[in-house]
Amino acid sequence: MIQAITIISTWLIPLLIVGILLTATYKKIPSYELFVEGGKEGVKMAVSLLPFLVGMMVSIAILRSSGALDAFVNIIQPFLEKVGFPAEIMPLALIRPISGTAALSVTAEIIQTYGPDSFLGRLASTMQGSTDTTLYILTVYFGAVGIKKMGDALKVGLIADLIGIIISVIVVSWIFS
Amino acid sequence: MINIIWALMSVVGIIYAMLNGTMEQVNEAIFKGANDAVTLVIALTSVLVFWLGMMRIAEKAGILSALSNLFRPLVTRVFPEIPPNHPAMGYILANFSANLFGLGNAATPMGIKAMEEMKKLNHGKDKASNSMITFLVINTSSITLIPTTVIAIRMENGSTSPTEIVGTTLVATIVTTISAIWIDRLLRRRRESIMK
Repeated sequence: MIQAITIISTWLIPLLIVGILLTATYKKIPSYELFVEGGKEGVKMAVSLLPFLVGMMVSIAILRSSGALDAFVNIIQPFLEKVGFPAEIMPLALIRPISGTAALSVTAEIIQTYGPDSFLGRLASTMQGSTDTTLYILTVYFGAVGIKKMGDALKVGLIADLIGIIISVIVVSWIFS
Repeated sequence: MINIIWALMSVVGIIYAMLNGTMEQVNEAIFKGANDAVTLVIALTSVLVFWLGMMRIAEKAGILSALSNLFRPLVTRVFPEIPPNHPAMGYILANFSANLFGLGNAATPMGIKAMEEMKKLNHGKDKASNSMITFLVINTSSITLIPTTVIAIRMENGSTSPTEIVGTTLVATIVTTISAIWIDRLLRRRRESIMK
């Protein structure tokens, strides 16, 4: 099953490209001209994304480098231990919705420290894979098309992240116990 | 909400740095953060140009509308406001398929195109429409079948079974995505009842 999906993943893009190009040629559509036309749009999008990403990433970098995030984790740790939530996973849970690269390095760190096949290693792996970086996705998608009022998107995204964290703890303790 | 969160992250960080004596690291981080963002945009540019170019051909060749026809019954229920034959539907499906197979860098350009089409449907307003929120909420809860990066990290660290977390990840992903769609529906109903 896993192998099949890995094979599909590596073959999908080349096959897709061949499929698109053959269909276009068969239908006598100017493929190269259309490619350039669509590509130009990509340049425009990338440029309009820049200020959104600079703003967001600087803010996240300030928060992380000041040590405020770690301090916050230390404060709520005793409380979490009381409700049975593994405190060592808290930094990952906090950073997962904010920064994808930071979350990945925290996951790698947890796996290295506690071992990939430990409870914490499995939990970190599951958490990392089961949710995406909410703040990044909203910044990029809303930023690229110029949406200023995000509605409930951020709220729902963050609630879903919280659910993802709790579900990961439950599923991992249940399956690997 | 985004304005408050954004401002708060910087303000809290800087005030904490005053008390904690980490001002030097903060200074460094400001420039590193900005630099990282530019690097990221450059990386994104290549992907955006390539995939938007390809997708333009696919759109004109009728491949996108064929894709939306195939999955129409499933997706029209999640996005009731998008006409089934609208290009937005094709791009949404292209984004979901790319995400499923872990092709993150192909998923982003298609997702942005989907957003653009949904903005057109919403008469170009700068306010997020219901469909946009649903679409992004599904994206933030991640719908990847195989978390390849995590598996790679586990392999590097000598796991006896690097892929054993695929099952738990999948269960967690499915539960999160379904709850996200459900919470989105609840909030949407509340929004609409306030409007009336």
